Amino acid sequence: MATMFTSTKPLTKSGIGGGPKRGGPNGNGSPKRNGHGRGFSDLQSSANRYRIGMWVALASILMMFTALSSAYIVRAASANDWQPLRMPRIVLLSTALIIISSGTLEVARRRLKEAANAHRRWLLMTVVLGIGFLLSQLLAWRQLVRQGVYVASNPHSSFFYLLTAAHGAHLLGGLAALAYLSLRRSVPRDNELAVAKAQAGADAVTLYWHFMDFLWLYLFVLLFFVR
Amino acid sequence: MSGETHEAVHRHEAPKSFIRKYIFSLDHKVIGIQYIILALAAVLVGMTMSVLMRLKLSWPGTSWSILGTLFPHGAPGGVMNPEFYLSLVTMHGTIMVFFVLTTAPQGGFGNYFLPIQIGAEDMAFPFLNMMSFWVTLVGFIVILAAIFVEGNTTIANSVGAALGGASGSTVGPIGGWTGYAPLSAVGLPAGPGQGAGMNLWIVSIAIFCVGSLLGALNFITTLLNMRTRGMQLMRMPLTCWAWFTTAVLALLSFPVLLGGGILLLLDRTVGTSFFVPGGLVFGSSVLTTHTGGSPILWQHLFWFFGHPEVYIAILPGMGATSHILSTFARKPVFGYRAMVFAIFAIGLLGFFVWGHHMFISGMSPYSAMTFSILTLSIGVPSAVKTFNWLGTLWGARIRFTTPMLFAIGFVSLFVAGGITGLVLGQTSLDLPMHDTYFVPAHFHLVMGVASIFGMFAATYFWFPKMFGRFMNERLGKLHFWITFVGVYCIFVPMHTMGMVGMPRRYAQFTEYRWLDTLHPLVVFVSIAAIITVLTQIVFYFNLVWSVFKGKKAGQNPWEATTLEWTTTSPPPHDNFAGVLPVVYRGPYEFAVPGAVKDFTMQTEPEASEVAVTEGVGGNGHDVHKH
Repeated sequence: MATMFTSTKPLTKSGIGGGPKRGGPNGNGSPKRNGHGRGFSDLQSSANRYRIGMWVALASILMMFTALSSAYIVRAASANDWQPLRMPRIVLLSTALIIISSGTLEVARRRLKEAANAHRRWLLMTVVLGIGFLLSQLLAWRQLVRQGVYVASNPHSSFFYLLTAAHGAHLLGGLAALAYLSLRRSVPRDNELAVAKAQAGADAVTLYWHFMDFLWLYLFVLLFFVR
Repeated sequence: MSGETHEAVHRHEAPKSFIRKYIFSLDHKVIGIQYIILALAAVLVGMTMSVLMRLKLSWPGTSWSILGTLFPHGAPGGVMNPEFYLSLVTMHGTIMVFFVLTTAPQGGFGNYFLPIQIGAEDMAFPFLNMMSFWVTLVGFIVILAAIFVEGNTTIANSVGAALGGASGSTVGPIGGWTGYAPLSAVGLPAGPGQGAGMNLWIVSIAIFCVGSLLGALNFITTLLNMRTRGMQLMRMPLTCWAWFTTAVLALLSFPVLLGGGILLLLDRTVGTSFFVPGGLVFGSSVLTTHTGGSPILWQHLFWFFGHPEVYIAILPGMGATSHILSTFARKPVFGYRAMVFAIFAIGLLGFFVWGHHMFISGMSPYSAMTFSILTLSIGVPSAVKTFNWLGTLWGARIRFTTPMLFAIGFVSLFVAGGITGLVLGQTSLDLPMHDTYFVPAHFHLVMGVASIFGMFAATYFWFPKMFGRFMNERLGKLHFWITFVGVYCIFVPMHTMGMVGMPRRYAQFTEYRWLDTLHPLVVFVSIAAIITVLTQIVFYFNLVWSVFKGKKAGQNPWEATTLEWTTTSPPPHDNFAGVLPVVYRGPYEFAVPGAVKDFTMQTEPEASEVAVTEGVGGNGHDVHKH
C-alpha cells in the first residue's frame, strides 16, 4: 500500500512550470512531521495566544513611540526655538515607583503558580504603586503649570506633555488589567485549561507592565538627558 | 477517535438572538461580511465623487442643477467651485484608500477566510475582532460627517462652528489624502475646509488606525497560534501569507500615522508647533501663533505609513490572484516558496522607500539616491511574482470563469501600473513627472484598480462558499470586459496627459491654453469613467440577486484543494462542525501524477502516511474520515 504511491513515477507533464512534485518546491513537509506541526500541546497552544498577542501589541506600541521619538529628535534639530525644560524633581519619584512596581508584579506572577491567593497581596501592591506613579506624573504637570510652562509653550514642553500623557494612557490600560487580575476569581486547580489560561493572561499583563516600565525609563532619558 | 469526541464536546454553539448573530457578532465570517458591506458602501461614495470630479474637469462651466440644489454654496447655480472640487479629491482619496482598499481585502476576505484556510474555529480574539469592525465603522461615520458639516450650510453654522469652523462650500477638508502640513495644521486661517472638516478628517483617520491595529493583532496571533494539525507554515495557501504580511505591515505602519495624527491635531487645537513653521502668511496677515515647526516632518511620518499602506492594499489581491490562477489553471502555483519570499521581500522593502514620495520636498541627493535604489529593487520581487503567475498559466488548460478573468486582469493591471513605478522611482525622471497626471495614472492602475480586480476575483471565487450560490457568470463576464477595457481607457490617456505636463489636483484647465489640445482626451477619459462606473451597477445587482436566486453551489464547486472547500457552503458557525481538519499536504496539488483526480485536497493523507499512522496508533484523529 505504502510503496504503491511513493515509488517514483515518470512525470507526465514537462516543460516550464513542470508538474507538481511530491514533497518538492511546494514545501510539502515530510510526512514524519505530520501531526506535529506545533511543538507544544493543544492546551499550551490555546493559552499561548495571550502571550503572542501581547508581543504583537507591544510591537505596535513600540512603533508609535518610535515615531514620536524620531519626531522629537527631528523637531529638536529643525529650529532654534528649543528651550530645554528643568526637570520637575517629582519625576524622579515616578521613576522609582514604576521600577519597584515591576518588581512587585514579577513576584506576584511567580506566586500565581503556587498557593491560591498568595499573589493577590503583591498584585494589590503593584496597583497602588501604579496609581502612585500616575499621581506623581500629574504632580509633575502641576509643577510645570505653576512655573507657567504649558503644552504650547515651547517644543520641549509640548513633547514632555505629549509623551507623558501617551505613556500614562497606556499605563492606565495596564492598571485596568491588573485590577481585573486581582479581582478575578481563582480558577479551580483541576481545570488544566483554565489554569494555563490564567497563567498566560498573567504573563501577558506582566509583560505589558514591564514594557511600560522600560518605556518610561527610555522616555525619561530621552526627555531629560538627550535633549 | 477520542480526540474527535473531545473536540465535539467543546463545540461552540451559534448565538441565537438576531443582534448577537448578525450585528454585534463575534463570528469572523459575519465580521468579514460586515467589512465587505462597509467597503461596498464606501466605494459608492468614492465612485460618485470621482464622477463629479470628471464632470468638473471635462465640462467646467456646465451647470448641474441637482448639485446646485444640494450644495448651494459649493456649487452655486450648479457650477462646482474650485474648493468644492479640491474637497472631492481629498474625500475620494481618503475614503477609497482607507475604507475600501484597506477594509475589503484584509478586514473582509481576510477575516472570512484566514481562519478557515488554516483550519481554525475562529480568530484568536473574537471580541477584538468585533471591536475592530465597529471602531472602523465609527471612523467611516466620522469621515461622512465631514461631508455634511462642510457641505450643508445649516449644519456648518451650528455643528461645524463648534468643531472648528466650517464654510459650507466644500464636501470636506482640502489637502488630499496626504493632508500635507502646514495647510492642514493651522486651521481656519488656511481657507475653506480647514476647520471642522480637517479636524474630523484627522479624528476619522486616528480611529481607523485603532481599528486596523486591533485587526492586525488578531490576524498575526491567529495565524501563528491557531493553525490546525499538519498546517505547517509552508503548507499555507498564498492568501494566508499575503494576509499575514499585510497584517505585519499594518501593525508597524498604522501606529506611526496615529502618532503623526496626534501631533497634527495638537498643532491645530492646542497651538503647538510640530509641523507649522513661523512667519506663514495667509492673505494679508502673518501667522504669529506658531514658530519653528517642520512641515517635512509630517511628510516623513505620513509616508512612512503611506508607502506600506499601498502594499496593505495590494498584497491581499496578490494572494487571491495566486490562489485563483492556480485553481483555474489546474496547476500548482509555480514556485510556491519564491512566492512566499517575494511577498515578504515586498513587505520588508516597502518600509524603506517612503522617501520616493518626497524627492522634490527637499532632501539630500544621497538619501534620494538611496531611496531610489531601494524603490527600484522592489521591482525584483514584483517580477518574481509576475513571472511565477505567468509560469502558473504556462501550458495550462485554463478554465475561463469570471474569477479567473479578474485574476488575469489583476496580473495585467499590476504589470501595466507597476512598470511606470520604475519611471517615478528614479529621481531624475520623477522631477518632471511629480504632481502631474502621470502619478495618479500610475497609482490608480497599480494600487487602486489592480487591488480592486483582486477583490472582484475574490468575490466571484468565494461567493459560492459564503452564500452557497454562484454569482451569475454571464453578468460577471459582462462586468469584467467592460471594466477591464474601461479602466485602461481611463488611465492610459492620463499617462500621456502627465507627460505633456498637465498638473494634478487642478479643478479646471480653462486658463491654461497650452493644455487645450488635451481637452478631447480629458473628455474621453470622463466618458470612459462614467461608463465604467455605471457598469458596476451590474456587479451590485449580480451580488444581491445571486444571494437569493443564484445557481446552487455544492461544497467544492471549483474543485479546489484548500481547507475552506472541505466544509459546507456556507460554513457552520465553528467552520468545521466541531471536527478540525488535519492537513497532510501543500495547498496547490493540482494534476498530481498518479493521483486519482486532477486535484488533491489538503486533507487527503499521503498513502504512506496512512500506513505509518495506522502502524503507530495514530495521532488521535481518524484519518479515514477525511
